[in-house]
Amino acid sequence: MKEGFIISASPHVKSGMTVGSMMRGVLYALIPTTIAAIYLFRIKAVILILVCVVSSLLTEIVFQKLRHKKISILDGSALVTGLLLALILPPGIPLGTAALGAIIAIALGKQIFGGLGYNIFNPALVGRAFLMASFPVILTTWINPITLDAVTQATPLGLMKFQGVSTPVINLILGQTAGSLGETSAIAILLGGIFLLWKGYIDWRIPVGYISTVFVIGELIHILNPARFPSPLFQIFAGGLLFGAFFMATDPVTSPITKKGRWIFGIGGGILLIFIRIWGGLPEGVMYSILLMNMTVPLINRFTRPKPFGYRGRK
Amino acid sequence: MLHTFKGGVHPKYFRYLTRNRSLMIASLPEKVSIPLSQHIGIPAEPVVKRGDYVKVGTMIARGTKFISTSIHSSISGVVSAIENQPHPVLGSAPAIIIEGDGKDEYEAVSTNNPESLSADEILDILKQKGIVGLGGATFPTHAKLTLPKGKKVDTFILNGAECEPYLTGDYRIMVEKTEEIIGGLKIIKKLLNAERSYIGIEKDKPEAIRRFRELLDNEENIEVVPLKVKYPQGGEKQLIKTILNREVPSGGLPVDVGCIVNNVGTALSVYEAIRHGKPLYQRVVTVTGSIVRNPGNLIVRIGTRIGELIDQCGGLTEKAGKIIVGGPMMGFAQHTLDVPVIKSTTGILCLSEKEAEKEGELPCIHCARCVDVCPMGLLPTEMRKEIRAGHWETLKEYNLLDCIECGCCEFSCPANIPLVQLFKLGKSEIRRIERL
Repeated sequence: MKEGFIISASPHVKSGMTVGSMMRGVLYALIPTTIAAIYLFRIKAVILILVCVVSSLLTEIVFQKLRHKKISILDGSALVTGLLLALILPPGIPLGTAALGAIIAIALGKQIFGGLGYNIFNPALVGRAFLMASFPVILTTWINPITLDAVTQATPLGLMKFQGVSTPVINLILGQTAGSLGETSAIAILLGGIFLLWKGYIDWRIPVGYISTVFVIGELIHILNPARFPSPLFQIFAGGLLFGAFFMATDPVTSPITKKGRWIFGIGGGILLIFIRIWGGLPEGVMYSILLMNMTVPLINRFTRPKPFGYRGRK
Repeated sequence: MLHTFKGGVHPKYFRYLTRNRSLMIASLPEKVSIPLSQHIGIPAEPVVKRGDYVKVGTMIARGTKFISTSIHSSISGVVSAIENQPHPVLGSAPAIIIEGDGKDEYEAVSTNNPESLSADEILDILKQKGIVGLGGATFPTHAKLTLPKGKKVDTFILNGAECEPYLTGDYRIMVEKTEEIIGGLKIIKKLLNAERSYIGIEKDKPEAIRRFRELLDNEENIEVVPLKVKYPQGGEKQLIKTILNREVPSGGLPVDVGCIVNNVGTALSVYEAIRHGKPLYQRVVTVTGSIVRNPGNLIVRIGTRIGELIDQCGGLTEKAGKIIVGGPMMGFAQHTLDVPVIKSTTGILCLSEKEAEKEGELPCIHCARCVDVCPMGLLPTEMRKEIRAGHWETLKEYNLLDCIECGCCEFSCPANIPLVQLFKLGKSEIRRIERL
């Protein structure tokens, strides 16, 4: 009107937290892991990360152009997906394969559902699951950190499962084992996870539910048969559990909105993980446990609605 | 341990702008525009006509129904018109315009000894004097204090939480008019026959807590309760939950759990109405914002143009982006400075263009911050989905009607989704369908 004041409904102030700042928070939290990856896998890590990130961004741009939508790569979500994907791929993966994974992650994992906020599955995990189904050998071929030996090397979980060979937990914590680019160093992952929790970017219930379930069941079966089942600490520090618990399972878009639901999501993921690792055909189950739990989110949300204020004693 | 409730948010409070500014009497306005609708319920009916001479405190409109109340002139002068005028909440509504004569003559009033009045006499005076809840909702006080048949109240709570950011009017009266507020509290407590009484004050107002404790030292059954600083601590249901751990049932009233809550400002005006026969023709308004040159807590005649008050506070240091009547969480944005102060006007908040800037809406990422902060335990993100899809039936399942529009969800939303606006729309749509 004449005075030109802005008219809008209340509230007129905001907390300052934005989607952009949350995405930036995840990127900051990934810095230690990225540094560890580059330290352990050198130039291979740098190139793999660049390929995944650039492919993700380009896919998002192309897809949104084709759908005549506003280009939204500045929200940072495609960047996060690209980086996450790179960090869960084998360091020696051929770059074309990695790029394909990134394209699938963005196109089939996210954009086909309508873009950010509408996808059912964690996009980076969709990309990895696609590659796993299409190139199982490439996705299970590992190289040694530092030396980057082209010699095929099994992961600690693989050694355990198929050869009954255990890896000292201290090696798992420091990261000097074979494995995906970003999941070998537990310390780096925990640093990032603590940052996310401290800043309130993720809810503690999912990682705590997920990890503690693996610990408890791991301990139980370890007591039952110590020769066959490794210690629960091994279960926690080997493979991608920590990375999955802090960076993949906590993706807000694909996890429940209720607090009770987040407990169920975390605990359910932990149970599935142990089942896959112990009784499944694969040595590792983080990816499938999270993807399967992603599917249950609408159901979990529906059945864990909190009782609103003023309904005490009703229904 | 400090009591609290579930959910809620911690906005920046900005109370330092006006916290230490003593109550100041605003200059006498030359003209006032007094809307006929200033309270919840039926608008009052004018009892004056164009050309009539009125004094300060002359009744100019009468509440005819039970949930309605009288309205009084706030200056002496001549009624110049009764017509549609800008209104801070309704946009535009009928108002009585009075051109002042500058003499500030008062209507003769009778003073009372509250001890000698019966309950019915007290309720009648409150209705005659136009007393309404001053916390913002303006429910007519006589109606609130009339207990429905068969209901008993054991506790009376005085609400001094003042949880809306920026506002300090309640704080100032708690510090400067403590005795009068306690006087009002005692009148209401006796009227309700309540055994106990509590005064809830957020602990960021230690001076107010200290003043009350000092004066209530020898009182049994009246207790000052320091509250955790959290918005919306002053919400009626949240306050009752915090102090008594009682949950007002959905769709119910505080009386259903045996208590009544009044704002400290209301208690003050109850005291003044009963003791001094003073009608509600003025109130405390916090004029504030980082761009107000000289912000303060003003005692303002009802009907004063808000632009006049901003000028009295030294004007603005830069162009305003948004002018809000009320607080930043639940107040109403204005398109003009010509709206008058009414009985519900707790504050006038001026935001700079930068502060008022709103970022564009992004897709919901289901971070569920809105769920975590909702003090009513609702699922804002799900309700948003159903409203946008027009699923009015499903919305009832999500208990949309329990939403108190406090704004915590939207305040916290990283995707800038206009949740409160959607909920207001959804609620009115549900009510419209129910009326059909």
